Amino acid sequence: MKASDFNYVCPSSVEEATSLLALHGDGAKVIAGGQSLVPALNLRLLAPEILIDIGRIGTLRYISVADGMVRIGALARHVDLLNSQEIAEHVPLLAEAITYVAHPAIRNRGTIGGNLAHADPASELPACMMALDAVMVISGPSGERRVAASEFFLGIYETALAPDELLIGLEIPVTAAGSRFYFHEFSRRNGDFAIAGLAAQANVRDGTVESLRLAYFAIGGRPTLAAHAAAKVARQPIGPAVIADAQSALAEDLEPHDDQQASSAMRLHLAKVLLERCMSDLVQDQEMKRKALQ
Amino acid sequence: MIAPVSITLMVNDEHVNAHVSPRTHLADFLRDHLGLTGTHLGCEHGVCGACTVRLDGDIVRGCLVLAVQADGAVVETIEGLSDSGEIADLQEAFRNRNALQCGYCTPGMLIAVQELLRQQSNPSRETIREHLSGNYCRCTGYHAIVDAVEATVRARNGANA
Ligand SMILES: Cc1cc2nc3c(=O)[nH]c(=O)nc-3n(C[C@H](O)[C@H](O)[C@H](O)COP(=O)(O)OP(=O)(O)OC[C@H]3O[C@@H](n4cnc5c(N)ncnc54)[C@H](O)[C@@H]3O)c2cc1C
Ligand code: FES
Repeated sequence: MKASDFNYVCPSSVEEATSLLALHGDGAKVIAGGQSLVPALNLRLLAPEILIDIGRIGTLRYISVADGMVRIGALARHVDLLNSQEIAEHVPLLAEAITYVAHPAIRNRGTIGGNLAHADPASELPACMMALDAVMVISGPSGERRVAASEFFLGIYETALAPDELLIGLEIPVTAAGSRFYFHEFSRRNGDFAIAGLAAQANVRDGTVESLRLAYFAIGGRPTLAAHAAAKVARQPIGPAVIADAQSALAEDLEPHDDQQASSAMRLHLAKVLLERCMSDLVQDQEMKRKALQ
Repeated sequence: MIAPVSITLMVNDEHVNAHVSPRTHLADFLRDHLGLTGTHLGCEHGVCGACTVRLDGDIVRGCLVLAVQADGAVVETIEGLSDSGEIADLQEAFRNRNALQCGYCTPGMLIAVQELLRQQSNPSRETIREHLSGNYCRCTGYHAIVDAVEATVRARNGANA
């Protein structure tokens, strides 16, 4: 199908973009890479009066590392993250996760800002932001504000962004030396959205896990930190009993939904499978590393 | 009525000036305004890959880029890649290996393959499949396509050795 008619403006600064948003109100839609928006336009799920193309605001396209913080501009594309030495070195979880996002032609256009602002519950990246304790940097008529990832994703396609605000970037603490990550998802085909997935970050010491953040995605309406399950394994020697305990706790953390891809029971089952694989991966890897060093 | 927007871009090494409606996507622009009908449209929502073209050197979905967004850009289509001879060996390998039947996916498939072969000189079958995961083919079952890509890889590496 073809999109319905709309006007188009291409501001050259964040200030210009936010005042255009304020001016046009509900009738306006921001376009960045267009990889989620244009499908919705072509399918006529959306019919805005005007598109505000932020794609040429050069100041929003950067990846930098300083003072223990990785800073990423909203317009950094998926492929920029994939090819970034800084991301590979300082945020390995994100470097791994990005390989699961869509297909090459889409990664060449799609931006991290657009992905996070879109807040698809099946997307890998919002969950990574939760696992990494990232902060979203937002610009609006009254200036800049910062919102923690755990308070940014509110529901299906719903975020803490007000209609006249732009997500301009994000800040991720540099992954501490010695900390470990796990990432996996179940999907029908490479590059498809997940049926259930897990992004996790932890410190592992002597076979026990500390400060574990388990961020599930594609389970329920938004990415979810499984705090109960994480508490069950924290500072415990990891074994079958502890893992089983944590798996049972997942029922308190998650609200799996039903759709044509999977039932809620299947999603909860997959969440448990992911947890078991995550725990053995986190500790085993560590064991192997230690043995290799001896 | 929404006023058309003026755009200037390079398409297959030729300067193009045009007026387009903002809602026109790049694939429609190439097909309807420029008559470059080698770029195909399957789904128009990003899933099938039939509309794959190069934009500033990177492959993109022609149906998910607005023509107005391509203002100032360099666009290459299957016509350009064919005429320049850049993928002549790959096209020959597709013919030899029966890597196409109806041919609808082929332009997009060829452009996507060529991007991979520019990035990696010796991709595994798995990497080839993964790179092509965004391009649907409903005839071949993909096996013959992967064969054709492998044959091209071998030939190009042999020629370079
Ligand atoms: C076939 C296909 C498969 C895909 N598979 C995956 C996948 O496996 N995993 C995955 O995560 N994604 C997937 N995607 C989506 C892809 O990652 C998108 O690129 C991304 O979700 C949106 O980024 P964008 O820059 O293209 O945003 P756009 O499409 O331009 O915008 C998306 C939404 O965010 C808003 N927006 C954009 N930027 C900002 C900003 N800076 N501030 C405020 N609002 C903003 C827009 O108004 C719009 O509502 C897939 C897409 C397709 C077509
Ligand atoms: S027509 Fe563009 S991806 Fe199908």
